[in-house]
Amino acid sequence: MSSPVIELDNVTKIYPLPAGDVTALKGISLTIDEGEFVAIMGPSGSGKSTLLNQIGCLDRPTSGNLLLSGKNTREMDDRELTSLRLSSIGYIFQKFNLIPLLSAYENVEYPYIMKHRKNDDTGRVRDLLSLVGIDESLSTHKPSELSGGQQQRIAIARALVNDPAILLCDEPTGNLDSQTSLQIMEILADLHNRGRTLVMVTHNPETATYADRTITIRDGRVA
Amino acid sequence: MIRKDIIFALSARSVRLHFLRSVLAALGIVIGVVAIASIGMMGVNMTLSVTEELSDMANKLTVTAYRGGGGGGGMMGGPGGGNSDDEDAITEDEFRDIQRIVAKYGTAYTIRSESDEIEVGSDTGRATIYGLDPEVMREILTVETGEYPKSTTSVVVGPTLAERLDLKVGSKIDIGDPDEGATTTVRVVGILEERGMSMDLNTDMAIIGSDKLFVGMYGGEGEYDQINVVVNDLTNIDTVKTAIEDELNRKEDTVTVQDSSRMMESITSTVSTMTTFVMAIAGISLLVAAVSIFNVMMMSVNERVREIGILRSIGTQRAEILRMFVYEAGILGLVGAVIGAVASIIIGYIVVLGMVGTADYFFAPGSIVYVPMAMAIGAAICIATGVYPAWRASNLDPIEALRAE
Repeated sequence: MSSPVIELDNVTKIYPLPAGDVTALKGISLTIDEGEFVAIMGPSGSGKSTLLNQIGCLDRPTSGNLLLSGKNTREMDDRELTSLRLSSIGYIFQKFNLIPLLSAYENVEYPYIMKHRKNDDTGRVRDLLSLVGIDESLSTHKPSELSGGQQQRIAIARALVNDPAILLCDEPTGNLDSQTSLQIMEILADLHNRGRTLVMVTHNPETATYADRTITIRDGRVA
Repeated sequence: MIRKDIIFALSARSVRLHFLRSVLAALGIVIGVVAIASIGMMGVNMTLSVTEELSDMANKLTVTAYRGGGGGGGMMGGPGGGNSDDEDAITEDEFRDIQRIVAKYGTAYTIRSESDEIEVGSDTGRATIYGLDPEVMREILTVETGEYPKSTTSVVVGPTLAERLDLKVGSKIDIGDPDEGATTTVRVVGILEERGMSMDLNTDMAIIGSDKLFVGMYGGEGEYDQINVVVNDLTNIDTVKTAIEDELNRKEDTVTVQDSSRMMESITSTVSTMTTFVMAIAGISLLVAAVSIFNVMMMSVNERVREIGILRSIGTQRAEILRMFVYEAGILGLVGAVIGAVASIIIGYIVVLGMVGTADYFFAPGSIVYVPMAMAIGAAICIATGVYPAWRASNLDPIEALRAE
């Protein structure tokens, strides 16, 4: 019996705006077990990205509890949440979000250095780059010199470098052509097969088929 | 490979990426550092060189007739002016008194002086004419070329005057205004060594003849414009000063006794006031530099909002983002300060040489200390102005930042 890695208990998120508060999440409760691959679907503005941001500790719920590997994030300060993002969460974005000043290799190594306070001398960065299909000749290139598919592969390698408990993907194929999307989804599926926990936000039903389970969000609620 | 501190590497790369902008911002610091350092050094060099010149006469006192009002009129100009037969003179009796008082501690000699028109060939001008005892003249003046005057018609002249009027040994000078009466013609027999500014005797622009020549021209037998006292032991200077004042000014003020310390103090304080003022103006250039650094840092933060969002979302602490931007400002400041330090040694040397006339004191601790001082101020201002943009960067909301284009 696998234990829950992610537990949401009646999570609400309200954005206070001058024109009136906007409630993006209206009491969401859900549990994601270790090794699961969950797709979160829903129309634009349904709150699926907000939900992912709560799970990814980029944002704090207005009320309700979020437990990651059994630890309640409500009691954590910014410093602790940042450490959590560094060590326990791997984020894969729609827009790849690589650091433009760093080479491909350095982008992957960055979270490693942040966590271990030293360069990677274990070969992990190289292994991950080859796992996602980036060969050594590309590793010295800056993100701006690489294609979208290559950038997303590097972003996946970066998300994995600190061996996180959870991999969060926000429309990972949203900016890619269908051929490349397929390759990226294959990599994600492969990671799932190796036992990773994945949560993926998508509006594409085709990519959602890779998931074990699909959660649909509509108007801030689990539908 | 990235260096060990990846945060520093990111700062350095950002500076390099915007090379021109960074160079221009650092240039402001360079200019500020150079301005402060070279002006500071100039002031110190000026003070040191004046002090050195004046310390030669620390053991001298000048006694002039009391002229009422404030005690120390004509500090820089020495005696001069005034007719010898007016009341502003020291009498023979007073001189004897001073000689008696001073006898124990050193020597006293008399000076007569007058400012008058002179004519050399077709050139006319004004000069101070000194009348000195020929023996005293040998003791206190140094002739560079020629000899000391032996007759009542021969004189020695100061080097500045000699140069200006093209005087040589053997030249003739007419002293006196031809419109007012007879002139006296004297012959130059010697040119003095440069003596610099002094309060006892300013010979560089003067004609020095014997007492007899002077009295012959201006009268005033038994009257002197000034008595110079040379004290052998520097520690007795105050004792002598007080003794003269007590004796001669017992009933009423008849003489004014001055030592060089007052003059030194007044020059030093004038120079330092001036230096401080000019340095404050130079400080404004650093302020302008600070504004430009601030501007560059705000630009850097604003165009990297998204990058900051990425860094935060993958687990970079606020403090590290803060550090990254403070480093960036620090690099600009440090590069600017180092270049500024090198430049201020070069430019400062030229300025000091040009304005003070000597660079003997340039590497004196009091002077050269302005280089590291200006460097520290420049770098500190840079880092201080970088703190606010850095703080703003570190407090960006990661989600908002990620959304930025």
